[in-house]
Amino acid sequence: MEACNTSDVTLRAFGCEHNLLSRPDGSASFVQGDTSVYAAVYGPAEVKVSKEIYDRATLEVLIQPKVGLPSVRERSQEQCVRETCEASLLLSLHPRSSLTLVLQVLHDDGSLLSCFLNAACMALMDAGLPMSCLFCGVTCAISADGQIITDPTAAQEKESRALMTFAVDSRERKVLMSTTKGSFSVHELQQCIAVSQKASEKMFQFYRDSVKRRYSKNL
Amino acid sequence: MDSALRERVGQVLLPGDEFCCDTDGVISLSDTVRPEKVLCGPGLRRSGDRLLVCKSGVLRHKEPNVFWIDSQQWRYVPVKGETVIGVVAAKSGDVFKVDFGGSEQASLTYLSFEGATKRNRPNVQVGDLVFAQFIVANKDMEPELTCMDSSGRANGMGVFGGGGLLFRVSLGLVRRLLSPGSELRSDLEKLLPCELVVGMNGRVWTRAADVQKTLVLANLLQSCDTMSCSQRRQLFSRVRQGAL
Repeated sequence: MEACNTSDVTLRAFGCEHNLLSRPDGSASFVQGDTSVYAAVYGPAEVKVSKEIYDRATLEVLIQPKVGLPSVRERSQEQCVRETCEASLLLSLHPRSSLTLVLQVLHDDGSLLSCFLNAACMALMDAGLPMSCLFCGVTCAISADGQIITDPTAAQEKESRALMTFAVDSRERKVLMSTTKGSFSVHELQQCIAVSQKASEKMFQFYRDSVKRRYSKNL
Repeated sequence: MDSALRERVGQVLLPGDEFCCDTDGVISLSDTVRPEKVLCGPGLRRSGDRLLVCKSGVLRHKEPNVFWIDSQQWRYVPVKGETVIGVVAAKSGDVFKVDFGGSEQASLTYLSFEGATKRNRPNVQVGDLVFAQFIVANKDMEPELTCMDSSGRANGMGVFGGGGLLFRVSLGLVRRLLSPGSELRSDLEKLLPCELVVGMNGRVWTRAADVQKTLVLANLLQSCDTMSCSQRRQLFSRVRQGAL
């Protein structure tokens, strides 16, 4: 919510709920401030012959906006999420099957793509799909006066000079995916990556706590 | 590796966690070195000299050296030797296609029933429920079921009779039901006498004295999924006192 320097990363309040839908094989909701997303995973299920890949599972990501039909913006977000998920999932363990990930926007108040990524990771984990590592999404905005804001709101996004979203993996804190908008220097980009890696620590600690809570009943 | 794993038994692990082989690069010549063997179950993968976790869940251990991740999930992935409840989806020539809730349908030949011969075909219709065992379950091949054990006996497998109710529970609950000496099962037995067939694919078939009791049983089992041990005891005692 607030602007921050590299030493102390502030994120809006975030939360998550597991296994809240009854029909899908795995589901999760993720809330970051006022941004809220539902994710549902179906699979490994039967695959259409035209989409079948002989040595790995086919991953399909569908993003449903709050109102109206998915358009070009959703398509590009779908691609970002899909490529991140493909990098972390062990798809070769389920050849000739399909995985479908549906992301439903409930409310968009900035940092939507990072919220998609977090919800997707939680839902995939909930479905029990084999993953090599976890990932989380962090959005950074560079304001007009050069300040880096992590997890910006929609208003902050609008005022910003540049907007970047990174997906960070849990094992080596490496960048799995990045998407940027606006103008910035190389130095600023590197600063933003460092900030998101720091922010990801918080996220992964939260992941661990929330999964622990989920399994608390059958420890 | 063995001691590192033992330390974390009962803890919740996440994909990406790893265990390293704790060899310090020195091999003692005087001591007899006993090779350390670890058997990995579901959720653990070996990669070089490391052990990677690929599912979230609780790390479990069975003496002497078996480790696995106990996770709560809904989608079934076939494993050779496991018994499942399937629905006959199609009949094509000599094989039945059986839907067991996995990524593709399994095949079941008409000769894999007890007493079936080329002349004497088993009476199986589309839509029937079968309790069967996997003889082929491989990620690269079509799964194959059989309704006989290795000695040619039905051994409880085959087509279900009329009546009863089929419902779905999570795979974690199924494993809890089937584990030897399961408290949940003994509690249920005390509460309501019934027939219960549990497939590893999360499908449970039950039949009690009448329809009402069958429904009560199904609802109880489905709600057990998200309850801790003490909550379950409380619920069961309420039911026993007549709060049906």
